[in-house]
Amino acid sequence: MDIHEYQAKELLSNFGVEVPPGALAYSPEQATYRAREMGGDKWIVKAQVHAGGRGKAGGVKLCETDVEIQEACEGMFGQKLVTHQTGSEGKGIYRVYVEGAVPIAKEFYLGFVLDRSSQRIMIVASAEGGMEIEEISAERPDSIVRSTVEPAVGLQDFQAREIAFKLGIEPALTQKMVRTLQGCYRAFTDLDATMVEVNPLVVTGDDRVVALDAKMTFDDNALFRHPQVSELRDKSQEDPRESRAADRGLSYVGLDGNIGCIVNGAGLAMATMDTIMLAGGEPANFLDIGGGATPERVAKAFRLVMSDKNVQAVLVNIFAGINRCDWVAEGVVQALKEVQVDVPVIVRLAGTNVEEGQKILAQSGLPVIRANTLMEAAERAVGAWRNDVAMGTHLKVAK
Amino acid sequence: MSILLDRDTKVIVQGITGKMARFHTKDMLEYGTNVVGGVVPGKGGETVEGVPVFDTVKEAVEATGAEASLVFVPPPFAADSIMEAADGGIRYCVCITDGIPAQDMIRVKRYMMRYPKERRMVLTGPNCAGTISPGKALLGIMPGHIYLQGNVGIIGRSGTLGYEAAAQMKELGIGVSTSVGIGGDPINGSSFRDILERFENDPETHVICMIGEIGGPQEAEAAEYIRDHVTKPVVAYVAGLTAPKGRTMGHAGAIISAFGESASEKVEILSGVGVTVAENPAVIGKTVASVMGKAA
Repeated sequence: MDIHEYQAKELLSNFGVEVPPGALAYSPEQATYRAREMGGDKWIVKAQVHAGGRGKAGGVKLCETDVEIQEACEGMFGQKLVTHQTGSEGKGIYRVYVEGAVPIAKEFYLGFVLDRSSQRIMIVASAEGGMEIEEISAERPDSIVRSTVEPAVGLQDFQAREIAFKLGIEPALTQKMVRTLQGCYRAFTDLDATMVEVNPLVVTGDDRVVALDAKMTFDDNALFRHPQVSELRDKSQEDPRESRAADRGLSYVGLDGNIGCIVNGAGLAMATMDTIMLAGGEPANFLDIGGGATPERVAKAFRLVMSDKNVQAVLVNIFAGINRCDWVAEGVVQALKEVQVDVPVIVRLAGTNVEEGQKILAQSGLPVIRANTLMEAAERAVGAWRNDVAMGTHLKVAK
Repeated sequence: MSILLDRDTKVIVQGITGKMARFHTKDMLEYGTNVVGGVVPGKGGETVEGVPVFDTVKEAVEATGAEASLVFVPPPFAADSIMEAADGGIRYCVCITDGIPAQDMIRVKRYMMRYPKERRMVLTGPNCAGTISPGKALLGIMPGHIYLQGNVGIIGRSGTLGYEAAAQMKELGIGVSTSVGIGGDPINGSSFRDILERFENDPETHVICMIGEIGGPQEAEAAEYIRDHVTKPVVAYVAGLTAPKGRTMGHAGAIISAFGESASEKVEILSGVGVTVAENPAVIGKTVASVMGKAA
């Protein structure tokens, strides 16, 4: 789960990381009022969206007067911010964060990630702050400092000092840097984050170490023990289809194609999407309905897939292991009776009791196109979609 | 004997009184797995499917001589159960549970290192379908009947995609020595590389079939190991060609976040070390068959 910059800063500051003074606003008036309340003569108005690259996309504005703050906010509220991380749709701006400007002397990159190679938490830092880590690793890979943390004892001060020295931070500021690194590390472990990124981390003209931007991502699997983190969820930043799916316990990722997929198992779901592409089509979504393909889950899945207006055919691919194909088939039949599906439906069942499953589909009288193999299913789905588009007709019955 | 698990391996089920665990305990017993007990704190003295339940792993091991364990414990408590197994003298543990916090798994892996290598428990999973040595024993939730006994070793992240591969092989008359699910989580007990090493040293395995997916460095690490140490032919399929960058595709670990983590990059890396890559999931069985034809 992602959170906003202002939320990440609040969390990090609870762990001793210094952040600039700032205030959240839900309207231009609130922003100007809160800036005046805060004091100062230079402010940064920052659009709060769950995506990086806001600066280049016009989501960060330096302002010196009330009027400038008002105008900057008017240009943001209600707009969609499109950055290289949001996709072409962009993300809606409903909150802005007004922050007092900080005199920057030097910028750094600081990230904490789950390193899958060492299976530990890794600190990644660079003196090339402000740039994104992908750019830094492409252009200045030698500038990157890495350090992994022994989980039994946590981050040690000497490790933090080593990082500070390697980044060329002035010796007088080492202790402040250690405090920042320890704060981020403790926030990471205490709150079950999967990523903490401070970019840039700055050394100011008056010798402070300040987190100018902050991003945190949390482990969805650990939210059960952090209700205070769950509360920070902002559904306005999520794909509504994905939010709905998540609320129903389904794993869904919306894509740009037009063949909807309903599959059990994440690996098989990806493999099904790949096969659709090889057959010349494009998947509209990733959807894993989980191990037990109960009729209720299949019905939910159909509703979800059909809520995507681009879907022109639906491919159901279920490998029934413990649950039997006849049972899955009954689920599909029941779902198709409940849910309005006006595009071709291709069903491929495999595994236990496959013949009985096929029989139930055939006898249902429903316009379901059956397939025996994964390739056949993908080809029929792509064929049905093409045919459908060409003929302008719907609902072909497989005899 | 086959890797990790054999006909005689004594198995306990942690969390055996749960609905799913009961169901799969019955299924494993029917398949012929030597399930000798279960562990649920506070339920010692009960029986499930005719096997005794104990309060702790230590008691279960003492009473039954159990060597392997299947963890069916809910996510908040699963890490604790794996550590209890490691401490209780279990030699091989399969964790089925999906949804264990990543940092819990970091602690589990660190905890397992406390034991000297010769006494250290082997863990596969979490978030996997388990391990099966067809015709001998099943430690997991996969449908046993889709596997034929034979000489192909399967390693995969995904449950149902692994079934798909096994079923395609059965259709062509190809059998499996052992199929090991390593699970879809970012921090897991055993990697592709760990299991490749076991298959390389297993006389019953002639060909290895690796089913990977997007995300993480384990396929690339496996490629390095194959290049330097594996003499047996390896077939691979990598799922997720159409997966967009930065999105989690169901499995917590299936997310492209760095170079070398996309399906096409993994395919390239594996092909580069002489692995025969199945172009699409529909031809995994056929690809194994053609490699076996050449090897024979």
